[in-house]
Amino acid sequence: MAASTAQVLSLYRQLMKESKKFPSYNYRTYALRRVQDAFRANRSVEDPKMVEQLLNQGRDNLDMIRRQVAIGKMYPTQKTIVEG
Amino acid sequence: MMSKTVTTKLLGSMRGFPSHRMNYAQSAVARELIKSRELEKDDLRPLYMDFQATTPMDPRVLDAMLPYQVNYYGNPHSRTHAYGWESESAMEKARKQVADLIAADPREIVFTSGATESNNMSIKGVARFYKSKKKHVITTQTEHKCVLDSCRVLEAEGFDITYLPVKTNGLVDLQLLEETIRQDTSLVSVMTVNNEIGVRQPVEDIGRICRSRNVFFHTDAAQAVGKIPINVTDWKVDLMSISGHKIYGPKGVGALYVRRRPRVRMEPLQNGGGQERGLRSGTVPTPLAVGLGAACEIAQQELEYDHSRVSMLANRLLRKIMSEIPDVVMNGDPEQRYPGCINLSFAYVEGESLLMALKDVALSSGSACTSASLEPSYVLRAIGTDEDLAHSSIRFGIGRFSTEAEVDYTADKCIQQVKRLREMSPLWEMVQEGIDLKSIKWTQH
Repeated sequence: MAASTAQVLSLYRQLMKESKKFPSYNYRTYALRRVQDAFRANRSVEDPKMVEQLLNQGRDNLDMIRRQVAIGKMYPTQKTIVEG
Repeated sequence: MMSKTVTTKLLGSMRGFPSHRMNYAQSAVARELIKSRELEKDDLRPLYMDFQATTPMDPRVLDAMLPYQVNYYGNPHSRTHAYGWESESAMEKARKQVADLIAADPREIVFTSGATESNNMSIKGVARFYKSKKKHVITTQTEHKCVLDSCRVLEAEGFDITYLPVKTNGLVDLQLLEETIRQDTSLVSVMTVNNEIGVRQPVEDIGRICRSRNVFFHTDAAQAVGKIPINVTDWKVDLMSISGHKIYGPKGVGALYVRRRPRVRMEPLQNGGGQERGLRSGTVPTPLAVGLGAACEIAQQELEYDHSRVSMLANRLLRKIMSEIPDVVMNGDPEQRYPGCINLSFAYVEGESLLMALKDVALSSGSACTSASLEPSYVLRAIGTDEDLAHSSIRFGIGRFSTEAEVDYTADKCIQQVKRLREMSPLWEMVQEGIDLKSIKWTQH
């Protein structure tokens, strides 16, 4: 099953949506920035095997972000100065 | 909060005191005004700009560690059941991840409790093993406390230690190093990146010199691993200390690289069941080792990205501060450095007052102000910083998770507070009037 643009975009949107939920300012900004930069950097990858591999990495990262967001919410703390 | 006029009058009444006494007065006033305390529930957390002290764990590292804290809790040295086997497999995978980051063989990595233990092990272990024929060890004056203290212990055991001075830019003089190496030198220890001023030593040249003279070369790379590319073979390094909590890994774990070819022999510091090639007995903490391995793998993948981002943020901070306020000195070589560690001295401002005024930002000063003697940092003294400037130094740390907003806030706050503190300073007034402070003869009252 070849990866389609729709799949890539869907993964991107899911990653950004989950990353926004990080309670920690630093983790949140890092995740959003890193996801965006990673997708930009790999924009012109053609090889379907490579694309599939990258998508799988993205999906693993999505699961990781979900878990870490949940953990962050379990141990809440105050906001940082730049957020307030 | 004391009013500005009262503070000015108080400091003004101290006219005639020598400058270091003036700084003490400024800091005593600051200490009265702010009592240190933990954050209240409704306070906002300060920005973290102290990445040299420690780093937050990367979420990916915590994610890798948790299974080994919850379900896979076996002892990696248990040979008889699945709990042991899966734990051992995780430990060996982590070992490979650490080794790959520094281009070493996994068999050359020993897990320890941190860089302090690795430093102790290498310096004491190697020196003591070769003590019958070789009694000389060389290190520098800007090393981490644990290295200097280990050398002090060796001195008490009868070894000869040379503490090499550094140039004013913080770098080791290679000529001087070559001249100092003797027939009976067993070890040279020079850190790769300094934790206070960020300078990067010429480790490739030092390694070449040591290899040619048949001397072991140990480097404390706690601040360098994962931040700059490292290759222990190219650098001709024989021993390297690695710290987990400086590279977004867990606290309480580190590693020591010990070269196998040519073999480095050392007396173990911690004896017991013979784990870690007999060099460091004790159960290897699997979750921590897994965390260190994950941190190293992530660092390797993110090295270029992090480095360019940290450089960009560091330039942003420096440019902002340097363009708005005069009389700011950056300590350490401007080129041979890791960009994420910036140590600035603000003339005519006392370091601790500035830190207290910047309570929204978590920073560190270059001097051990908390010590009763108010001694300036030995690193700053070693690079020849004036005592006044040494008391006025602040270390800014930038890392993987720093943002532009944090850097901008820090720069703006710093500029604002330096201007405010200088306005209160009679010394600054005198400098503005064109008086040369060095020409003043201070009298006692």
